[in-house]
Amino acid sequence: MEIKMDLISEDKINSMGSREKLRFVLDGVKSGNIVIVEGGLTSEEQMKLIELTMTEVSDDFPGIEMSGYPTKKGFLNLRRKTRLTAIGPAKTMRTIKKEKDSISAIISAI
Amino acid sequence: MSLGKEEMNSRKRRKGILARLLRALVFKRETAKIGIYGPPNAGKTTLTNRIIHTFVNEYEDIGEATAIPHETRRAVRRGGLVIDMKTKLLQNLSPNFGLKSKSKSKSRREKAKLKLDVVDTPGLATKIDFHDFMAYGLEEEEAKRRAKEATEGVIEAIKWLDDIDGVVLLMDSTEDPYTQTNIVIIGNMEARGTPIIIAANKVDLPDATPQRIINAFPQHTVISISALKGDNMAELYEEMVRRFK
Repeated sequence: MEIKMDLISEDKINSMGSREKLRFVLDGVKSGNIVIVEGGLTSEEQMKLIELTMTEVSDDFPGIEMSGYPTKKGFLNLRRKTRLTAIGPAKTMRTIKKEKDSISAIISAI
Repeated sequence: MSLGKEEMNSRKRRKGILARLLRALVFKRETAKIGIYGPPNAGKTTLTNRIIHTFVNEYEDIGEATAIPHETRRAVRRGGLVIDMKTKLLQNLSPNFGLKSKSKSKSRREKAKLKLDVVDTPGLATKIDFHDFMAYGLEEEEAKRRAKEATEGVIEAIKWLDDIDGVVLLMDSTEDPYTQTNIVIIGNMEARGTPIIIAANKVDLPDATPQRIINAFPQHTVISISALKGDNMAELYEEMVRRFK
């Protein structure tokens, strides 16, 4: 079984509205792809993605696995910079080790 | 376009900080709504029961705690709690509590009182597979029903975040704390300016390493507890009064 990986540029993801962005990511993941978002999703967007995912969980789609680096905080916590978020189908992707600046994941073909 | 969004997010955060400041200085709450959040099986219901046993009624349970994940599938709110450090702590909690710097901590505790509603929330997760429930001996149909309810529970827990004044984020000290759900909850609370306390639970277990949680989230207060055995609860209550009042 082939596993497709989509590397989405920051420019593309920023050209979308918030809802459109989450729909795009979830549609990619539901198709079986690993979606890696350059620049990452904010915590608020990730929470909304979890919420959206839960509405679509089924026998064949148990949900998502998501990993990302924590946001970098700016002066007085007013500006925060997201970095990178990787989202994949829970059936095939499993995060095994995550640290501040590195993520290891297992992707299994089933 | 991206600049516009960045500016909007920045405005939201400033609004969060402003609201927090106003709340602290002018509109002080009478009763704080405190959400007990965390991943499935972290011990949220056990902690909520412990708080109620200590400050309301020794025989009242808000829910049943079991080894099966997602046992709590609806958020449950218990109102009218008063954490009164003066009367309860010295009677019911750890016998060693208060031995250090007695006079100072005593005067601080005497003032410490927090009226709160506590909300026991379903465990937050990014995936819910009915096969996981079957591993606990549930029939397929029952497992699917439970999985469906669990997904609704996650959504409800997320929606409750809008109405919460403070969060106790419970983590299992025997598990890796650096999960995305933990990071997402913390990130959301920081963005909203909602106070958060991390409780490293299950420290009574031999393989518990609360230090991992402290190292993972150095910018937050982490209190090591055992909700089941009641270890170190006094420190958690004291921190709750201090942070959520």
